[in-house]
Amino acid sequence: MSRIVVAFLSGLVFGVGLIVSQMSNPAKVIGFLDITGSWDPSLAFVMVGALAVFGAAYWSSRRRSAPLLSSRFGTPTERNIDPPLVAGSLIFGVGWGLSGFCPGPAVVSSAFGDWRVWVFVAAMILGMLPYRFRLGRRSIPGEA
Amino acid sequence: MSVVNFTPVSALVGGVLIGLATALLWWALGRIAGVSSVLGGVVTEPGADNAWRVAFLAGLLVAGLGAVLLVPGAVHFDLKAGAGQLLIAGLLVGFGTQMGSGCTSGHGVCGIGRFSLRSIVATLCFMASGMLTVFVVEHLP
Repeated sequence: MSRIVVAFLSGLVFGVGLIVSQMSNPAKVIGFLDITGSWDPSLAFVMVGALAVFGAAYWSSRRRSAPLLSSRFGTPTERNIDPPLVAGSLIFGVGWGLSGFCPGPAVVSSAFGDWRVWVFVAAMILGMLPYRFRLGRRSIPGEA
Repeated sequence: MSVVNFTPVSALVGGVLIGLATALLWWALGRIAGVSSVLGGVVTEPGADNAWRVAFLAGLLVAGLGAVLLVPGAVHFDLKAGAGQLLIAGLLVGFGTQMGSGCTSGHGVCGIGRFSLRSIVATLCFMASGMLTVFVVEHLP
């Protein structure tokens, strides 16, 4: 039960962070990606703030053998820089630039009431299926 | 190039909140708060270790709903793309994040925070193709 409450709180704080930082504002994201036009560098500061806090939490957790409410840390184990990593990330970036949405902000702003976001989220979920259900897939333990 | 609409303080505050959320999930559950993996897991592996994933997604939705109902003036949202463009973009984001094992949160925040070379490469890739896409859409005739 407490695991579920903590996961809900994490999602809630994550969502508030996306709204406060305006990661959930597509025009702001496109302004950040528009380095040759009218560039808005703000979102680099989102990354700085988030990285500093998560980095401190991750590296300080290395002294512990297990998380507080679970039996083990699900540290991603994959190490290879392989073609799916590069190709998938490039494809994701094209969709990100076309819309201004990455997955977290899309979920959060689907609650804002604009039906076009629902089109994006439905398409995103549909787009997830082929690679997830591909033939001969490897198991991807602790994926990022 | 000119710099516009620069809001470093709210960006940093929001970033710290995102960092606290990812830190909480890591310290309590030992899980990476990567939204594409959380969503992909819920959608395609029903019955697996999904209770926490559903709760996390519910938190995201409640944040959006709460903000727009309680403090609508604080919600900045400006979406220019039409439904057709968003349909294509959504398919690409869904497919690409599963093929690349992560998105802005899983690779960009948690992965880089762990100094994962994979995540650094992934983040450079989606930043580069995102910037190139915006250049093509916004500046080519």
